Formats: sequence, structure tokens, C-alpha cells
Amino acid sequence: MRRDDATPETSNSKDQSSKAAPERTKTAQPSSSATQLTGNQRLERRETKRGAIPEGGAQESTALPAGTQAPDFTLHTTPDQEVSLSDFRGKRVVLAFYPADWSPVCGDELAVYNEVLPEIRKHNAEVVGISVDGVWCHIAYAKYNKLHFPLLSDFEPKGEVARSYGVYRKKEGVSERALFLIDEEGTIRWSYVSPIGVNPGADGVFDALEELDSQKAQKGAAA
Amino acid sequence: MRGRRQGTLVNDVGPRDHVQGPADAPVTLLEYGDYQCPYCGAAHPIVKALQRQLGDNLCFAFRHFPLTTIHEYAEGAAEAAEAASAQGKFWQMHDTLFENQPALDFDSLVGYAEELGLDMERFTTELENQVYAPRVREDFISGIRSGVNGTPTFFINGLRHEASFDFETMLEAIQARMQGLAAQRKQ
Repeated sequence: MRRDDATPETSNSKDQSSKAAPERTKTAQPSSSATQLTGNQRLERRETKRGAIPEGGAQESTALPAGTQAPDFTLHTTPDQEVSLSDFRGKRVVLAFYPADWSPVCGDELAVYNEVLPEIRKHNAEVVGISVDGVWCHIAYAKYNKLHFPLLSDFEPKGEVARSYGVYRKKEGVSERALFLIDEEGTIRWSYVSPIGVNPGADGVFDALEELDSQKAQKGAAA
Repeated sequence: MRGRRQGTLVNDVGPRDHVQGPADAPVTLLEYGDYQCPYCGAAHPIVKALQRQLGDNLCFAFRHFPLTTIHEYAEGAAEAAEAASAQGKFWQMHDTLFENQPALDFDSLVGYAEELGLDMERFTTELENQVYAPRVREDFISGIRSGVNGTPTFFINGLRHEASFDFETMLEAIQARMQGLAAQRKQ
């Protein structure tokens, strides 16, 4: 329920519970435990605002919709390694834009994807995280959270890839918290923008992957 | 693409679940939790207080949601609870784990099992062979499919509890649900 300090939210993602919840949560914690929490444990504070999200995501979203060709990109994942979207042709890609490494909610979101990687891979899909952080920051963050998927650095020119997907927040200089499911041919089949402080979870990703599976099965049956 | 409403439970609480209280209680409170998560630890006495307050009006169920990459002992602890469950002592182990969150390594788990008087040969063999890993994973995936994104996450009669989990807020939410049900019956 912790707000993302590094990335102040805009008015459109505010709701009533966002004001009340953090204080109330504090009172739910025994005072002694609050001081014992490590940075890692803080990652677990969960978001409570999810029910307030309008279906389909934030109102002001300009995210590329389903049916659009996914813009290709090549970005660094380590100082000497680059990853391109086209490297994944023939596979599905879950492209997870998030505002910043180390912000509590992100940690939670990527930790959830990390946990369900085996299930996501069963759908012939790979997860790729992407933020404006630099490669050294990504390396430290991925190591700390034991992430088993690449984090890409949308660093120079800053946020260019986020812009091309319509999910850059110019005011804050970070990307939205946005998910794109890209199919084997490089077409966006599902996209979702979450209010920036809210961990979107993985249920939408699985619903979308299953929908793709069933569409593919129908096509196969018709052919 | 989303047919299901966000914030609703995919798998209803049923015979496979660990429950306390009458199965036909007007309100079922389900927690997705992680034995190593400090927030779940903080929620544990709150759940107990709700159970005391609401008596037979509340059925409480617990499912595992161990975030194993950030909590190295969470998976083993969940499997230990299942191994205890196989010997009829799920809730005793569940309470022990939450009351001893700082010590959830293998040796500690074995120690708790001993204290509970479990058949130790069976317990350690099952724990070492991760016999209950699939069961824990089933819980985890059911949570993922219901939109669980962290712990603890509570569902009240299948609807996600979005507000905070302090005693008053939870009690209000549960009572509101009971009043809603009572009003439906009158109609």
C-alpha cells in the first residue's frame, strides 16, 4: 500500500482509498515490527487500490492498442549485451514497462512475474521488463530480486521506447506501469495500463495468453 | 479480453482448502499468505481476533502464496504446514510458523514438528522430498489467476478486500457483507 515515492502519481490515478489506506495500514502493524523491516520486506506492501481501476486501465492512456504492430527496439540489458524485440520472433513477449527499479510496488510486480515464469513459458512467452534506469542499476536490481528475465534499459535517448508504445510520462520522466502482450509475429494482442502505484498482478497476462491460445487453436481447426 | 470481473476469486473455497469454522458460515474469509511475510505475520493476530469476535458467523480459509525468490524460507514453511496437515495438524503448524517467523529454516521446521508430536520420520521424509510442493503451487497459481499480487490478500465471500487489513476495517467489511446477506434474505 506504499505509494511509489520516486514516481508521484497524477490526479487521474487517485481515489479515496489511496488517501486512507496507508495510515490505516500502519496502525495494523505492531509498532515494533515497523522498525525491523528491511528494504526487501518493504517490497511486500501490497496495493489496495486495484478495485478502483476502470476496466482497460487509466483514462489518459495513449498506449498502443491490440492489433498494432509492436515497434521494434534494441536496448542494452547489460553494458555489453543488447536485446531486440525482433530477437523474440516466433515467441510471444510479455513486455512489462515499469517506472523505476527499487520502487516498492515495482519490486512486487516483477517478483510476481518471476514466480510464474514457468507457467508463462508454457504459453510460448517470455517476460521482458523495461524502464528508464541505467544498466548498472538494472544489474543490481535483478540480482537483488533474483530475477530470471531480462531488464532493458530505456535510457538513451531516455524513454524513447516507452514513447513509441505511448506509455511515457513526460512530467515525471518515467514510463507508465504498462503491459503489452506481443504475439509470435510481432503484433500487439493485448495492452493494459495500470495506475502507476498499483501492481497489476499477472491474472490479466494469463487471461490474454489463454485467449491467444484459443484463437490459435480455432485458426488451426479452420485451416 | 477480460471476461472475469477484477477482484473476484477464481476458485471458490471448497473441500481441498484448510478451513476453520463452519463451512456454511454466512461469511468466508480467505487469506492468501506467506509464512515469511511480515505483513502476514502482522495480520495473523488480527484474523484470530476476527474469529473470536465473529464465532460461528465466520469460516476462515488459508491458501499459500509464497514469494520464493524474495523469501528463501517461505516455500519450505508452506510445505511444512502441508506435511503437518497430512497428520491432522495444519492449524497448529500454521500458528507456530506465524508465531516464529524469524526462524523458518529446515531445522527449525523439524523442531516445530517435534513439539507438535508429529511422526518425525514421515514429516522429514516428506519435507525433504518436497511431497507437497505441487499442492503449494496449486494454491499459488489459484491466487495468481485471482489477481493476487502480494501478501496478505484477503477475499470476503469471493470478493477481494481492497482496503487495509486492520481489525476495525476488516470487521466492518465482514459485517457489511453479513448485513447485505441478511437484507437479501428478507426480500
